[in-house]
Amino acid sequence: MNGVGGPSDRSTAAVFFLLPAFAFLAVFIVWPVLLSIQLSFYDWSGISPVRTFVGLDNWKALTGDGVFWRALGNNLIVVALSIAIQLPVAMALAVLLHRGGNRLKIFKVVYFFPMLMSTVAVGALFKAVYNLQFGVVTPLLEAAGLAGLSRDWLGDPQIALFSVVAVICWQFIPFYMILFLARLSSIPNELREAASIDGATGGQYFWRVELPLMRGIIITAMTLSLIGSLKYFDLIWVMTEGGPSRATELMATYMYKEAFSSFRMGYGSTIATAMFFIVMTAALATIAIRQRRSEEA
Amino acid sequence: MRIAKVRTAAYALAAILWLMVAGLPFYFMVQSGFKKQFDLLSHPFWMLPQEWALENYRTVLEGTFLRSLLNSMIVVSISVTLILLIASMAAFVFARMDFWLNRPLFGAVVAGLAIPAHVTLIPVYVLTTRLGLYDTLWALIGPYVAFNLPLAIFILAEFMRQIPRELEEAARLDGAGPVSFFWRVALPLSRPGLATVGIYNAVALWNEFVFAYVLTSSPTRRTLPLAIWDYQGQYTANIPLIMAVLSLSALPLILIYIFAQERVISGMMAGALKG
Repeated sequence: MNGVGGPSDRSTAAVFFLLPAFAFLAVFIVWPVLLSIQLSFYDWSGISPVRTFVGLDNWKALTGDGVFWRALGNNLIVVALSIAIQLPVAMALAVLLHRGGNRLKIFKVVYFFPMLMSTVAVGALFKAVYNLQFGVVTPLLEAAGLAGLSRDWLGDPQIALFSVVAVICWQFIPFYMILFLARLSSIPNELREAASIDGATGGQYFWRVELPLMRGIIITAMTLSLIGSLKYFDLIWVMTEGGPSRATELMATYMYKEAFSSFRMGYGSTIATAMFFIVMTAALATIAIRQRRSEEA
Repeated sequence: MRIAKVRTAAYALAAILWLMVAGLPFYFMVQSGFKKQFDLLSHPFWMLPQEWALENYRTVLEGTFLRSLLNSMIVVSISVTLILLIASMAAFVFARMDFWLNRPLFGAVVAGLAIPAHVTLIPVYVLTTRLGLYDTLWALIGPYVAFNLPLAIFILAEFMRQIPRELEEAARLDGAGPVSFFWRVALPLSRPGLATVGIYNAVALWNEFVFAYVLTSSPTRRTLPLAIWDYQGQYTANIPLIMAVLSLSALPLILIYIFAQERVISGMMAGALKG
């Protein structure tokens, strides 16, 4: 039962092998998380050596901070729209590619292209795409005679968040598409043959056979989208920096501004800590839901 | 028969529509990079450049772009090497050794997957300045390794669990200790896992933004994503120049993708494997 080597030999090896990983995790993740929690009770500029203990003041300020709640609300809008738009489109594309087989190989190659750019590059690209004079969206609308539909895509507080969400979808639909495609490809062909012998149409086969079999992977996709959207930062920062007038502010962009632009490291830590607890609660909740589901099954 | 034809046409239409949605921004990016500013102003974006101008590329290449490219290569290769080594050592213990803390420790590592980078940003920034590493490439390696260890350990442990017990028995009879079993058997047998984890982390770190943004400042210490950030801040109005920067920075990964599509795709999807 001991496997390789004797007991003491093994435990020395175990400690030696785990040490580097836990050293990195301790210094760059565990300690920082604990320090952030601690700093959330202090008033600190980050520059001066003086940290003033303020008790729960930061936390009280946070609960009454309209900007934070707005940012959290925006995060939730991003979560909801991401799941509602990305997953169905990705599913449709995956089914399309799956049914098309090798004839659509070249389409699959191009569909994956958005995944190959860094988020910063995608943000910079779409800032140009949304540009009213030199861009793509407005000139296309004008060419189609729909100039009236054009807006100041990133400058209008009413629609800036939706403009950014559209880019998030553009960037991540290929990811979920490949995820679903891999699952579709793993469904045995015999099922398809049996269904068509029974006279099932393509649509019936999808809704009654393929979709139920993909429940697990869809829940995985929703979880990834949920956690990812709550942590979202790069794209928004590049495209709008949370503006105009907080229209696209997220928890992460607000935390960054407070800590590194306004040098309110204490309050910045409070926002970061709140974000940490929100993300961890969401993660634990999805794990619990999954476990209950797998027990039911 | 007619219904089938209509359906095929609808599928083809949908396929082409998404081809445009996915491809149009790239078309805009690549050919605008070769335009002069007045060309972009006076002709619609879908027309090819009146005259293929190379001056945008010259401006970019004469700047600090190549330095950033080199910086990214240095940081990514050091970090990925460390991640693969450290993660496979830890994964080996979790996969092959029974001890009472095994499951709780492994659970704690996996919980690290969900932690937002932002909660560590202030402390890591403070630590980096105190160590005198602010604005150096070394500053990035610590957080880059740490944040990618959980997934790497998780995936590599899956691979190492599949190594047959008999191999371990045979190694023990030959007098091999756990360390030599790790080097000679477990690591070579995990090669597909190492490739997947390596590709996934290389792409993720090649594109990493927030730590590099907080921990470096001078143009010669910037990585590629930060070079893009700096250029687009400096040349806000010069869209052709920014498009040249973007085309150049996307080129390495697109080239690798063209030659090794399946490898790149499955590597980049590694983040979702845990489902």
